[in-house]
Amino acid sequence: MIAVLLIVIPLVSGLAAFFFKNEKAVRSWALFCAVVTLVVSVLGLTMLNEATHLEFNGPWLANLGSSFSVKLDGMGQVLCLLTAVSFPIVFIATWNSNYKNANRFFGLMLLSQAGLMGVFLAMDALLFYFFWELALIPVYFLCSQWGGEKRIQVTFKFFIYTFIGSLLMLVGIIYLYQQTPGHSFSIDAFYHLNLKPSVQSWVFWLFFAAFAIKMPVFPFHTWQPDTYEQSPTAVTMILSGVMVKMGLLGVLRWLLPVLPVASYEYGDTVSTLVVIGILYASLIAIRQNDLKRLIAYSSIAHMGLMCLAIFTETKIGLQGVMIQLFNHGINIIGLWIGVELIERQFGTRKISELGGIAQKAPALAILFVIIALANIALPLTNAFVGEFLMFNGIFSSTITKYNILLTVVAGISIILAAVYTLNMIRKVFYGNTNSLTERTHDIRLNEKIILAVIVAVIFILGIYPKPFFELTNNIVDTIMEKSDMVPFLKRH
Amino acid sequence: MNALLLSAVWGVVMMFSSFLLPQKSAVRNLAIAGLVLVLVVNILEMHGTVLFHIDTRGMISFDRFSLVFNTISFASTLIYFLLSARDIEKAGDHYAEYFTLIFFVLCGVALVSSFQSLLLLFLGIEIISIPLYILTGADKKNLKSNEASLKYFLLGAFSTGLMLMGIALVYGATGTFMTSGTAAVVTEKTAPSALLIAGMILLMFSMSFKVSAAPFHFWTPDVYDGAPTVFTSFMATVVKAALFVGFIRLFGDSFGALQPQWQLLIAIITAATLFIGNITAVFQQSVKRMLAYSSISQAGFMMLSLYAMNTDAKEGLILYTAAYSLATIGLFAVLIKLKDFSFDGFNGLSKHQPLLAATSTLFLLSLAGIPLTAGFLAKFYMLKAAMATDKNFWLVIFAVLMAAVSVYYYFRVIQAMYFKDGDINKNISVSPAFKGVLVILAALVILLGIFPGLLLNWYYF
Repeated sequence: MIAVLLIVIPLVSGLAAFFFKNEKAVRSWALFCAVVTLVVSVLGLTMLNEATHLEFNGPWLANLGSSFSVKLDGMGQVLCLLTAVSFPIVFIATWNSNYKNANRFFGLMLLSQAGLMGVFLAMDALLFYFFWELALIPVYFLCSQWGGEKRIQVTFKFFIYTFIGSLLMLVGIIYLYQQTPGHSFSIDAFYHLNLKPSVQSWVFWLFFAAFAIKMPVFPFHTWQPDTYEQSPTAVTMILSGVMVKMGLLGVLRWLLPVLPVASYEYGDTVSTLVVIGILYASLIAIRQNDLKRLIAYSSIAHMGLMCLAIFTETKIGLQGVMIQLFNHGINIIGLWIGVELIERQFGTRKISELGGIAQKAPALAILFVIIALANIALPLTNAFVGEFLMFNGIFSSTITKYNILLTVVAGISIILAAVYTLNMIRKVFYGNTNSLTERTHDIRLNEKIILAVIVAVIFILGIYPKPFFELTNNIVDTIMEKSDMVPFLKRH
Repeated sequence: MNALLLSAVWGVVMMFSSFLLPQKSAVRNLAIAGLVLVLVVNILEMHGTVLFHIDTRGMISFDRFSLVFNTISFASTLIYFLLSARDIEKAGDHYAEYFTLIFFVLCGVALVSSFQSLLLLFLGIEIISIPLYILTGADKKNLKSNEASLKYFLLGAFSTGLMLMGIALVYGATGTFMTSGTAAVVTEKTAPSALLIAGMILLMFSMSFKVSAAPFHFWTPDVYDGAPTVFTSFMATVVKAALFVGFIRLFGDSFGALQPQWQLLIAIITAATLFIGNITAVFQQSVKRMLAYSSISQAGFMMLSLYAMNTDAKEGLILYTAAYSLATIGLFAVLIKLKDFSFDGFNGLSKHQPLLAATSTLFLLSLAGIPLTAGFLAKFYMLKAAMATDKNFWLVIFAVLMAAVSVYYYFRVIQAMYFKDGDINKNISVSPAFKGVLVILAALVILLGIFPGLLLNWYYF
């Protein structure tokens, strides 16, 4: 029941939000519903975590071999928790932003939450595809209506990109469905497929196209910096914090275990693309003057690292990815909140126009710097745990011959991350104030609380990540079990 | 059989209504009442109540497929009447005749969906086409309408000639007009004769012309653009869907055994239709013309059912015709209300007419094939059917890429409605009844997108 509630609550509350007239009321309603979803998600994690509560199987499109089956497995728990946590954080952090037609804005936000939850929970390929698309539609409207100056073209590019990817994935899904013995879309049927390596290889690219565009992997990333820059910040937070995780989840749940041989065969190809992307994005990030674009490129690098850890297929690396799914989301949302606060106060995101904010706004400076340091994976922060494990995995990978080279190149990205992050902090927060930042005032209480909560999560997970490992152990084992069988499968 | 006869009779009734009934509204209501009646007797026939027993010597067979399809096309026409009946009256001077002609078209639709003999196919197509030539030219004072009508007539007559030639050749090769007879000859012979193949290809080309598949599509944009918009709506939906059903019946029933021979040819026509329809639609400046090209591209998707020709394909075609007709009728109904048919004509519609904008968005999403709308499942069925043939995967991948292109021009309308400002639509007025029907239509589109079984179960039970 928990699994269904996680989809239904945002869905119904989102539709209800359209009928609100008062801006204040709809804001409170959205926050209230997001908190309810969070409570349900936490309940699913703690008190009601038996299988009966976490699974639901309803009849739907039975003559197509599809059903409404949703389940909270370990990875689902992590990502649903991330989704459930993100929305209240975003709502509180942007409490003071004003939106035209607020009822539509919050309605669409909640609908996108429902879509995301569905993607993370679906255990049926057709249902997965349904939610995959549905999560995109509200975001399309959100970005096109409330975004920056070039929002319409930019969002359209983003939409077309992802739509092409998902249609290719649809072809892949239908193909796999035709191959299942009883013509079924269920994930179990997909996991029991034993396709010939030659078939796996072209289906692999159909799926990978969708996931690569979503993550995004070089060279499919060109929509990302523009979209992040032009979207309203609340949406950017969801896009970069939660939505990109759809791509990673897709690879982890629907690609590696279903097409293990092809994932093995093309591991090196993907890794090469990813490594190029990591270096390229990090180098571009150094040159950025716009805070939003800087974080956007930094996000490409971080997502690339996670993708690299996945395609080198080691147990320890995947463990790192699982915890990093959550950490990256929280950290980047924290960064965006900082950017939003700066932009709202000064009306600019240009690094060159800012400076010396720390003197006047110490709370903002301290909290933002901690989050930024977590972004470059300093020890004691949550990202350190994840990235350390991922590097460990990449280094010890046995499926690629280039493990040392990959580790070194990916390692350079960490150094570059330190360069652009610290440089940004120095220019924005330290140094002398200028005419713009002279009369800086510090952030409000709600903003302080939210940033403090994020910082607390960063430290807690940095010191005690064990619960997350226990949660996702099974998933990692399933993936590795398939991966370990590859040499055996290849001989047939 | 019920609907076939009743629609013909009601056409005659409507003809007399123009001088027997003094008021326009009475004529309109009579037409709507007649259509409800036609729909009801057709549904009765699905449940086994046949009102007229006429021995046609097996030349007509109202099976499940044709009855379900007839229900869809009568229901679509009913919605079309409810939304646009007032606009039909405005198309020209002879308002009652327009209803008459539409009832005759419906009679042809019933014939084309149920023929068992090539002659009746020919008859059905002519019964559909001739009223359409008149309707296209209904706006007599408009040069474009006249031009469209003449063009449609000349090219239509030419393709009818091709069809007759094809039928004659097939008759020469098999000695029968019956589809079952042709099928028997086709199955027993090891190598089909050149005469038969030539006849089949002529039939394929003339049917491709009727459903506006490339490279026989050239008449479509001009005719759809020139015809009064209300009639474009009818032509692009109900009529086109019926001709597709005739096409799939012809090739399924008569030439099913020759599938290896024609499959690649149909695949090429499909790909060409998808390509030309979608790519050309991208460059259109008028929404009406864009919808004309979009109807070509949607025809390309429907051609996939012909290419696959399996159970999925027939189910899929039923769903596709329903999804496509409902969405397109709704969209045209909104378009008629606007003053300017260019993309800019939709600017700021969401501000002045939020309901019209919201429902149009839903119809556009359905045409683009976004999940939760009927359009997605329709496309899904087509892809699934084509995939089940286990060859020519390039066609499936090409089709989805073209579907992605279609997003471009459908979303341009959404962008105009929601993200651009404009006061051009400030003064349009629509009645609450119109809005109500639009909402019902939108609900149907979503309902079919979640529970296609509501429609498809009719096909089986």
